Amino acid sequence: MIDERNTDMSALKDLLAGMDRRLSILEERVDTELTEIKDQLPANRAAIVLFSGDLDRVLAAFIIATGAASMGMETSLFFTFWGLSAVRERRELEGKSLSERMMALMTPGNSLGLTPSKMAFFGAGAVMLRQMMAEKDVSSLEELIALAKDLGVRFTACEMSMDVMGIKAEELNADCAVGGVASFLGDALGAKLSLFI
Amino acid sequence: MANVTATHVLDVQGLKCPMPIVKAKKEIDTLASGDVLKVVATDKGSVLDFQGWAKTNKAAELVEQETVSGDQGQALYVHYLRRV
Repeated sequence: MIDERNTDMSALKDLLAGMDRRLSILEERVDTELTEIKDQLPANRAAIVLFSGDLDRVLAAFIIATGAASMGMETSLFFTFWGLSAVRERRELEGKSLSERMMALMTPGNSLGLTPSKMAFFGAGAVMLRQMMAEKDVSSLEELIALAKDLGVRFTACEMSMDVMGIKAEELNADCAVGGVASFLGDALGAKLSLFI
Repeated sequence: MANVTATHVLDVQGLKCPMPIVKAKKEIDTLASGDVLKVVATDKGSVLDFQGWAKTNKAAELVEQETVSGDQGQALYVHYLRRV
């Protein structure tokens, strides 16, 4: 009788120990898989590429960027090709090749030189658009750029397009970092919002 | 009249998109949990803007919105945001 009970107890103990082992293996698996799933969830980030140097498109990019930052999103702007003009602050000609100097002279030296995608009229379109925006109390592009920095929007200039176009880092906004496609992809992969403007 | 009592007021009259939400965000960041910010705007788009803003912003919730008449009879869009 007692022997039988002892046997039952030890069988039960073995069973419990086995279950305990299985449970801890399961817990470990759930933990690792949950971490993996969490890593794949989109982060509260907005990653915007600004390729265009058209005044209207640049405005749209900065309005979205400042809006996203205001909504608590970690926001980054990646400036490439014509979009570099938006963060350009001066034009340098020294130490540049002939074609680079020509490129420098034919592209806007700063954001004030940008023209709209439609009705540019050799600069008159930009003046008109800026005037109409001021009349309607819409912030100017320069105010939006300052605001974006103030809100912590990260600026990165494309190293490759700077090199191709002969734009030096000194010509760009001091808060603008220089990076490559991987720096943008690092921001864009896993971001909730990614735009190419 | 609103059912909530504001502890702080932010005047964004005359400002256009995206300024009302930008200013509200900056102001909300300075408030303590439970504080209620009353934002007074003339921008009609701010009504939907604050609804969208509240959907993603973890720092504050949109408690109430109302449209009232200003001194010069202009429409004022009033938003009440509570700091979480």
